[in-house]
Amino acid sequence: MRESIIMKIHYGTALGAVALVAVHILMRMSQKFSDSLQYQNVIANYHFLPYALMLEVLLVLLSVHGFNGLRVILLELKQGSTYERMINYGSLAAMAALIAYGSRTILMAGMGVS
Amino acid sequence: MAVVETKPSEEPKSNAKTTDQTNTITLRISRSNPSEGQESTFAEFQVPVQKWTTVLEAILYVKQNLDHSVAVRYSCRQASCGSCGMKINGRPALACYTKVSELNSNVITVEPMNNFPIIRDLAVDFKQLISNHKKMKPFIIREDSEVTPESKEFIQTPQDLEKFLQFSYCIKCGLCNSACPTMATDESFIGPQGLAQAYRYVADNRDKGKDERLKIVDDSHGIWRCHFAGSCSQVCPKGVDPAMAIQLLRGYMLGFRK
Ligand code: HEM
Ligand code: SF4
Ligand code: FES
Repeated sequence: MRESIIMKIHYGTALGAVALVAVHILMRMSQKFSDSLQYQNVIANYHFLPYALMLEVLLVLLSVHGFNGLRVILLELKQGSTYERMINYGSLAAMAALIAYGSRTILMAGMGVS
Repeated sequence: MAVVETKPSEEPKSNAKTTDQTNTITLRISRSNPSEGQESTFAEFQVPVQKWTTVLEAILYVKQNLDHSVAVRYSCRQASCGSCGMKINGRPALACYTKVSELNSNVITVEPMNNFPIIRDLAVDFKQLISNHKKMKPFIIREDSEVTPESKEFIQTPQDLEKFLQFSYCIKCGLCNSACPTMATDESFIGPQGLAQAYRYVADNRDKGKDERLKIVDDSHGIWRCHFAGSCSQVCPKGVDPAMAIQLLRGYMLGFRK
């Protein structure tokens, strides 16, 4: 993938995350902060489908943004074609792993498994 | 630099005294020879200087009178050739364009520029700088050449010229690259010098090579590795603003500019 496309995704995911984190914070502020952390309330969030979907999107945005950011840092730290290939595929794998693990949490909580 | 002409009779007396004054400074020169495995050490010299003595002149005084083996690259002595870039009291600058008096110190330390391989002492290797500069295709690209007898010159308005003029003042001294924090760790990074030159030609309305150049800088060690530190623009002796060129060039790639 061209670097410009990757960086457009990087900036896009950052902007998207700002918007969604704002919603996330506003949701927390709809009640007292300590209440928002009550077990029932947390579980209720996951049962509320639009909000659970938003969390899922936020998870994807931040995983992509964060691990691409890490990829950039590592590319600037050291050079070499094997190393760079490892970094590129490694960060893709890390993104996928984090998204998979986070989705599992969102799904299980949403279905009342946990 | 403004030269104020005064007739001898008008010359203020008090000033005449101070301008002739000779001061002695300590010049600390970083000496090293990596090909011989010689690590860098500092050699200290006492150098007489006057109000107008430049750092390059102080170094040349050492070469002429104290130690001729000091390696330094220079040519024009007037901030035009881009040869004499070095770290002067920790800051990248042209030695011929920095007066000792403006440093406000009796101890002057000169070191080779950061982010370049050292050849010896103050002389660094410009191979990568020049090769990255060439990669940017630093010439006007278009099908019709201006040398055919039928074609006239390509007329530009002052506004057209303004878009790239400051970037054409680059003398390839490498000071910007030596100040850049990305260059410090990413040896494959094109660097502010090359990126500013890519912009210089892309922004020239006579040029038709925009797409070609944008493709070249759109690399994993290209334009996106700039993180807006802006130190390149701080140290440029020719008033070029490479940091701005990079952001303007990004504008084309993000679709803000056509
Ligand atoms: C939601 C607010 C955020 C915004 C607006 C944002 C914006 C940005 C931008 C513009 C860059 C590019 C900087 C550059 O090229 O110099 C960047 C880089 C980066 N971001 Fe974010 N980001 C945000 C959140 C996050 C989060 C939560 C993480 C961690 C998961 C993260 C991790 C990184 C990393 C590791 C880099 C690479 C470092 C760098 O390039 O300087 N960011 N971010
Ligand atoms: S942009 Fe300025 S600092 Fe950089 S190489 Fe050109 S003249 Fe030197
Ligand atoms: S000697 Fe030419 S720029 Fe300094």
